[in-house]
Amino acid sequence: METLLNDFSPGLFAVSTILLLALIALMVKFAWKPILNSLEERESGIEDALAAAENARKEMQNLQSDNERLIKEARAERDEMMKDARNITDNMIAAAKEDAKEVTATLIEKAQASINQEKQAALAEIKKTVAELSIGIAETVIKKELSNKKDQLALVEGILKDVTLN
Amino acid sequence: MRIAYKTVKFLTIVAITLFTAVSFASESDKKHDVQNDGGRVNTKSEVEAYILHHIKDSHDFSLFSYTSDSGERKHVGFPLPVILWSSEGLVTFMSSAFHHNDDGHVIVEKNGLKFAKIHSKIYELDTDAATVSFDETHHATNAHKTLDFSITKSAFGLIVIGLLMLLWFSKLARQYKTKKVPTGFGRVLEPLVLYVRDEIARPNIGEKHYRRFTGYLLTVFFFIWILNLAGLTPLGFNVTGQLAVTGCLAIFTLVIYTVSGTKGYWMHMIWMPGVPMLIRPVLAIIELAGALIIKPFSLLVRLFANISAGHIVVMSLIAIMFTLKESLGVVGATGLSLVLSFFITLIEVLVAFLQAYIFTMLSALFIGMAVDDHAEAH
Repeated sequence: METLLNDFSPGLFAVSTILLLALIALMVKFAWKPILNSLEERESGIEDALAAAENARKEMQNLQSDNERLIKEARAERDEMMKDARNITDNMIAAAKEDAKEVTATLIEKAQASINQEKQAALAEIKKTVAELSIGIAETVIKKELSNKKDQLALVEGILKDVTLN
Repeated sequence: MRIAYKTVKFLTIVAITLFTAVSFASESDKKHDVQNDGGRVNTKSEVEAYILHHIKDSHDFSLFSYTSDSGERKHVGFPLPVILWSSEGLVTFMSSAFHHNDDGHVIVEKNGLKFAKIHSKIYELDTDAATVSFDETHHATNAHKTLDFSITKSAFGLIVIGLLMLLWFSKLARQYKTKKVPTGFGRVLEPLVLYVRDEIARPNIGEKHYRRFTGYLLTVFFFIWILNLAGLTPLGFNVTGQLAVTGCLAIFTLVIYTVSGTKGYWMHMIWMPGVPMLIRPVLAIIELAGALIIKPFSLLVRLFANISAGHIVVMSLIAIMFTLKESLGVVGATGLSLVLSFFITLIEVLVAFLQAYIFTMLSALFIGMAVDDHAEAH
């Protein structure tokens, strides 16, 4: 213990205290502060980058699911539209058919009506012509054979018979 | 800056090769066993004295010593400035003035005062004395110690390693300005910085406060570690084995955790809640002694003792070469010494890190205890 105390040099203690204080101050100022700051900066940078990558990944996932949803919706919409279009065309065809049927029916009706009319007109004409012809015939017959009363009556009877038979 | 860095690297390599070559040469010198040994270290008591001298601080930086053919002891190294606060004020001279004498026979006269160096301590002689006289226990009777602020070998080592740390870590700091990941030597240093921050400072002090103390802990960790490793090189530094240096570091830690202690910390120390009133003063004495004396004392003694012991063991094992030469022969003693000192040096490399880690970890732990919120009742 005595030799230890004897070995202890107060001068060296003072010198090393001053030198060490200077060394600590210089090291802190010129080395440790900038080094630790840069290390922390780098570490936080890495952390931020990792967080950003994670966020980007999540965003991508969201985008992907959005895309899928959109595609599904679009597909559904397309199907709906196709169905609608088909319905519309079917309806249109059906309606057109209906219309055509109606139109033909009316046309036929009209045609029949006009045919009937024509027929009636023709019949009337024929009747009129027949009547005129009959009258003409009757005139001539009358003119020619109206000498005897008996013949006259037989003729009228014969004509009437013919007429009702017609 | 790049050129300067290259130069430093080159000089370091040159120095290392030189020193290894030189230490090898000096060892082979020591193997000569001449009758008149001219100051060679080759007996048990000489080895013992040499080792004890080595782990002490010294006023010059001697790289190696050898004995020339004429039997004269030569020392290779360079002198360091001696700065004394004597009875007449500040006195400075170079340590070469003592001519490597360490037993008080060389007297240096400066400013009308006489100085002598005895066992690595500089004594100021009394005014009427011409030479140092000793009593039976080899204590100087007519001289007294002076306040010695010299740039000793330890102070020199501290400055060199401090500058090296500044160079390395400020270079690393500047690298971050241009790139996110350092290159070159910075890539080696960065994980060490992260290790101290994430494994020592953060878990022991806590997420909330660790930022304030990390600078101190990093400095202390690298300072101790690099100096421990430097102590294992043939340069022969023993800075972290100096009580003055470890005491200084321990007191820094003490000051930091005493100053930054929270109210809860002091309350728990002085007036422990939740124990009977009568026991509280007793606990206060124990707690105060623990915080103010035992904790820093354990820090300073642990580091000092481990590093000094490491140096003593390595040097003793190297000395087997001389001490066991008679019983094992030259080859046997050298081989045994080589194998043992090799393995113990490997262990010392581990110890160098371990002691730096333990000192920093305990400092962080003590600081953590002081700044803890003590929110929960004990």
